[in-house]
Amino acid sequence: MEPVLQARNLVKRYGRVVAMDHADFELYPGEILAVIGDNGAGKSTLIKALSGAVQPDEGEIRLDGKTVHFSSPIDAREAGIETVYQTLAMSPALSITDNMFMGRELRKPGFRGKWLRQLDHKKMEEIARGKLNELGLLTIQNINQAVETLSGGQRQGVAVARAAAFGSKVVIMDEPTAALGVKESRRVLDLIKDVRARGLPIVLISHNMPHVFEVADRIHIHRLGRRACVIKPDDLSMSDAVAIMTGAMDPPEAKAA
Amino acid sequence: MTSETKTARGPAEFESAAASSPQTVAEFDEHKQSFGQKVQHTLHQTPSLVPLIVLLISVGVFGILLGSKFFSPFAMTLILQQVQIVGIVAAAQSIVILTAGIDLSVGAIMVLSSVVMGQFTFRYGLPVEVAVAAGLICGTICGYINGFLVAVVKLPPFIVTLGMWQIVLATNFLYSANETIRSQDISEQAPLLQFFGNKVEIGGAIFTYGVIFMVLLVLVLAYVLRQTAWGRHVYAIGDDPEAAQLSGVQVKKVQISVYMLSGLICAFAGWAMIGRIGSVSPTTGQLANIESITAVVIGGISLFGGRGSILGTLFGALIVGVFTLGLRLLGADAQWTYLLIGLLIIAAVAVDQWIRKVSV
Repeated sequence: MEPVLQARNLVKRYGRVVAMDHADFELYPGEILAVIGDNGAGKSTLIKALSGAVQPDEGEIRLDGKTVHFSSPIDAREAGIETVYQTLAMSPALSITDNMFMGRELRKPGFRGKWLRQLDHKKMEEIARGKLNELGLLTIQNINQAVETLSGGQRQGVAVARAAAFGSKVVIMDEPTAALGVKESRRVLDLIKDVRARGLPIVLISHNMPHVFEVADRIHIHRLGRRACVIKPDDLSMSDAVAIMTGAMDPPEAKAA
Repeated sequence: MTSETKTARGPAEFESAAASSPQTVAEFDEHKQSFGQKVQHTLHQTPSLVPLIVLLISVGVFGILLGSKFFSPFAMTLILQQVQIVGIVAAAQSIVILTAGIDLSVGAIMVLSSVVMGQFTFRYGLPVEVAVAAGLICGTICGYINGFLVAVVKLPPFIVTLGMWQIVLATNFLYSANETIRSQDISEQAPLLQFFGNKVEIGGAIFTYGVIFMVLLVLVLAYVLRQTAWGRHVYAIGDDPEAAQLSGVQVKKVQISVYMLSGLICAFAGWAMIGRIGSVSPTTGQLANIESITAVVIGGISLFGGRGSILGTLFGALIVGVFTLGLRLLGADAQWTYLLIGLLIIAAVAVDQWIRKVSV
């Protein structure tokens, strides 16, 4: 099977620091790939390169087998890669609908949209409500509620729904459960599985080993700026994974399935 | 490694306890709210209500105290005429403040633009239409410089516009050689410069073109801010520029366009000022920046950006106008006006902070 998203020999230097040292990466259709690594291992640089926020110095990124160059997150988004940032990237004072359609607003058809640039609020609300319901996420009474009036879990839910609604190829999630309580984390993990069930492959970055081992199909372990190995959660234990991450254990050879 | 350290694929055990507690994490049910919370919620959604209520109350109180002297079409429209310049400049200030910026150079840009319009006509003998266009372009360029320094060079808006205020004002004095162009000369040779001074009289009410322009401008901006993507982006940038950038807003472009539009509106204010005072004077409008910020703050727009509506700004400007005229008709010392405006500013910011704490 051909990977949906693939990176070869990515290198990124910041001055003398080599954040990525010939890193490889593959994401296959329909899977959840977790990316783990110690702080400073370079996993955020890798993710930023894949989501367009960082431009690698060397190497290439392929999407559906075609080489792509993202000069901004907007490029990656237009190519079908949606990212749920750890900070969520939402405007608290604006409504759920406004946030979901930020930067890709729909205009009314005809004269009012073309010449008066009028937005189609009704249609956007309809779509937003549909997408949230589709994910079995929300029984929403007021989709025009400001995002700041939502709880942490609800905000995360809206951010995931936004990514799932518009991501046509890949969804990248950066620490989606880091700021959440136990119960809220559970909802978000279920949500991640729902998104996979809809056929979208997911890249999950997390420090939470139980969460990673629960939802991931494969685990990409990043160490010293490159991929140490890829494991299956059933083959190794959590402490083995952590040992490989920190260098206490050698990565299993040729297991990069 | 033993199998004990392996985790079964599924929720961890400690979660089973959490599962028995209510699972209503992501529901949006409206529970009962106290009256205070309801008010808070309404204001959160319609922030221009506060200044509107204050405006209506102050009109009512002065109306009762002064009777028909105040409550006449003439006095009411006089207030509009007195606030037109500040109102137009405050509209420009509003869009800048909505992006969490501030424009201290609005007054200076306004004066320089009016001087350019006057000097191009009288010093260079250019057709008055060309001179007006040059004035409008001048304001837009000043705005562009502000926007470029804020968005691209990433300097704080306060510092940029503090500097531009001095630069533009000095340019204004140097270029105009501190000369005033007299009103008679303008009305004889270039009446277009006084265009906004033209009047429409309905009953005892007098509407100058400047007043009509101010109201139309606010309505158009209200539409643009609410109904277009650009308007939504202005709010998003004021809220959280990084989040806006990540969600695909072209932050730099929008910021530059906001400062350019602010400059253009200030140039229109300069044109309207010629209509209001008749002459072109390089020494007027010195307080326009502070007065415009006052109107914006009383109008309920948050100085931290992203919140408020431009209609509020219009109400804010009108509140100042009502207090000024009302107290003068009552024969009170003008200092009372400043004292009350000061109180209103502090009260407005206190209300803004309270509204921010809204919860579901």
